[in-house]
Amino acid sequence: MIAIAEGLFTEGAQPRLIGGRHGETGRLVFPCPAGDPRYTPEPLPPRGTVWSWTIQRFRPKSPPYTGPEAFQPFAIAYVELPGAVIVEGPMVNIAFDAIEIGMEVETVIVPHATDAQGRTVTSYAFTPVTGSSGHD
Amino acid sequence: MTDVYIVGVGIHPFGRTDGLSGLQQGAYAVRQALSDAGLDWNDMQFGFGGSDASGNADAIVNELGLTGLPIINVKNGCATGGSAMIGTWQGIASGQYDVGVALGFDKHPRGAFNAMPAEYSLPDWYGEVGMMVTTQFFAMKLQRYMAAHGISSTTLGRVAEKAFQNAVHADHAWRRAPVDIDTILNSQMINDPLTKYMFCSPGEGGVALILANEKKARELGRTAVRIKAAAVRTRPPGSFEVFAPCIDIARGGAPTLLASKAAFEMAGLGPSDIDVAQLQDTESGAEIMHMAENGFCADGEQEKWLAEGWTRIGGKLPVNTDGGCLACGEPIGASGLRQVYENVIQLRGLGGGRQVPGDPKTAYSHVYGAPGISGVTILQR
Repeated sequence: MIAIAEGLFTEGAQPRLIGGRHGETGRLVFPCPAGDPRYTPEPLPPRGTVWSWTIQRFRPKSPPYTGPEAFQPFAIAYVELPGAVIVEGPMVNIAFDAIEIGMEVETVIVPHATDAQGRTVTSYAFTPVTGSSGHD
Repeated sequence: MTDVYIVGVGIHPFGRTDGLSGLQQGAYAVRQALSDAGLDWNDMQFGFGGSDASGNADAIVNELGLTGLPIINVKNGCATGGSAMIGTWQGIASGQYDVGVALGFDKHPRGAFNAMPAEYSLPDWYGEVGMMVTTQFFAMKLQRYMAAHGISSTTLGRVAEKAFQNAVHADHAWRRAPVDIDTILNSQMINDPLTKYMFCSPGEGGVALILANEKKARELGRTAVRIKAAAVRTRPPGSFEVFAPCIDIARGGAPTLLASKAAFEMAGLGPSDIDVAQLQDTESGAEIMHMAENGFCADGEQEKWLAEGWTRIGGKLPVNTDGGCLACGEPIGASGLRQVYENVIQLRGLGGGRQVPGDPKTAYSHVYGAPGISGVTILQR
């Protein structure tokens, strides 16, 4: 298993995306700009709400897309991570007609593709919060 | 600043033209514009021009003649044509030149634009996971807007239906057959809520405008159409643009708001003074949102506007009278100038079956593009 990029997310029981905070303005962005000393990496809240969404119904052009040749439509959302930033990412484990603006989702790490060495490449996605509690 | 007039216009039909390069389609448009103005290529003192994917505009001298004129190449995304016109306008308004040409042309491969992350200073993973797709952005900006302001899918369908209806009467349009609203709404979903007929396609075409000062325009008997304002603006903080891995929670303005405000101030006019408008409609929802961003209606009022047919030919503000990007396609470098071309045709009263009735006096055009740029022009007769 290998992450699609370094410094993009933390793994474990409750994965988090890693943003970057600008030292002077305090503005938080995602991802943390690589090699830019003005930004300090900062884990983002793991849960948020859907700000907007769409379904990718056609296979994006390759390059740059590295997903499966046998394309299946997938959901994409902007998710508002409270007090932090609105982040774009795929949604998994949800029926397309169940997606609504404002629904609660959480960050997960999922397999994206298999690389030339046969390793599973992982990336982040958002999935509906299933637990009854809003607490971590 | 001296007044500047559009004394000649030319267009190579949009769509697909095998055997002609983008540049050659640009040259075709220049020849037509020169003929329209009653001028020769030798009369051109300077030019501004550009394309996104078809090379440098100054190579046009190979097609039209080695007269030694200066041509400045413009590469400004979807605002390429608008920026070329602004450069030409400023060259004449400043008093430096009497007459010059603005041109834009392009020829794109079929299918969605194929952008690479590095071209936009984005990390590779952003494209690898499938988010380097312009249509996703349009869909998500629209999805949020529709939920916030009560816009229905039917309204999106009405925008596309109007576009194809208008294009029936536009010689330069690409898609010239009417499409009924049920076909539009039930066609293949591309990026929800947008179906196939609600998106424009990358295409081909060329447009040229000949601009002149008042003295030259009088000599030519071409003082009908004057440039009242032209403005290009880049994005303000907190705007929502294509290819954005994140956006600020504190929402800000939009480049269109800035360009529109600047152009109205320059012209000394307001939205209610405009008789006809060409608004960037890369998809149906873009026209809807741009109606409000340009100040023609409040957010949410589009639902009523479209239901009442107020943006049709003969409505209170006809929008995209030649079918816009939806029916003409989008050759990036030429698209903004097509809007100005169409406005000149409307102000001259030469629109034929798509002519706006009531002798229009003012015409507005608006482009928007990546990575957050907008251009607005206002013409007056």
